Amino acid sequence: MAVRPLTFLRQWRDDLGPALLRDIVLVNLAICLVGISYGAITVGEGLPVWLPNVMSVVVLAGASQFLFTGIIATGGGVVAAVLAGILVNLRHLPFGFALADTVRERPLLGSYLMIDEVVAFSLAQKEAEVRRKVFFTCGFLLLFFWNLGSLLGALLGQAITDTEVFGLDAAFPAVLLALVMPALREASTLGIAVLGAAIALALTPFLPAGTAVLCALLALVAARPWRAEPP
Amino acid sequence: MSTTSLVVGALLLGAATFAIRATGPLLHSRLQVPARLMALMSLAATVLLVALLATSALFDGQELSDPARPAGVAVGGVLAWRRAPFVVVVLAAAGTAALIRALGG
Repeated sequence: MAVRPLTFLRQWRDDLGPALLRDIVLVNLAICLVGISYGAITVGEGLPVWLPNVMSVVVLAGASQFLFTGIIATGGGVVAAVLAGILVNLRHLPFGFALADTVRERPLLGSYLMIDEVVAFSLAQKEAEVRRKVFFTCGFLLLFFWNLGSLLGALLGQAITDTEVFGLDAAFPAVLLALVMPALREASTLGIAVLGAAIALALTPFLPAGTAVLCALLALVAARPWRAEPP
Repeated sequence: MSTTSLVVGALLLGAATFAIRATGPLLHSRLQVPARLMALMSLAATVLLVALLATSALFDGQELSDPARPAGVAVGGVLAWRRAPFVVVVLAAAGTAALIRALGG
């Protein structure tokens, strides 16, 4: 299809609308900041300067990347780091089903771009066509900005030693919180999510990394999924 | 930590993550998933994200983090609730944590 790039971009912009585009750009700037904290923390822990970007291209899943760094930094070894990362990323299984329809036309590319923030942002869109456009736009931008952040952070990590001084460790949970906020405005969802978080927090000191987060799913029982009629 | 084991680790985690993410999209067409189950999956995704952010805000591995991190995340949360832009939320969260640490020593 011979479409000139500018025409294509203009069409894209008109389809999404200025408000949505602005939100997507702002999420990506935020992710860039989290990427900087990821790169800086990883290199600050003594890992090689190329590792953040290799991980950010190959894995492309922030939480598991932070965990991978954390386990290796505390002497857990690569095998433990990989297993913990897989455990944390098991939450993407329901993401895949929730967004299966959204990525129907490009399932493999869509699966690669299925990042927490992209998932949260897409699920916030009610209309299917808008959701699909938001998913791929946000996914590609995030791939770029997450890697840009990782690179800047890795370089920064070589220059400074204590990343906590800048509060960078608070960036990742804050971004996730901002992203799930639209879903949490629904009272029934909020109640179940808070219950799940309480379960995860109570179990974290006793279970291997990632397992406690998965146990949060027990809270779904409160949604009484066996009922024939939707609530 | 050898370069080879780090690269192999990254590739393994990447392959596994992709397989997990692709399961839904690849099986979906062969599997009729009822609308209620889809709604439940969506709810499950939100529950997991909230559990992940809560544990990463309050814990450092299996030990409680210092108070500065959850305080920063809480400030970010209030701003997000009041519909502040994402960049403001992130900068306020990191800035609050940094400020508390600077004051608390």
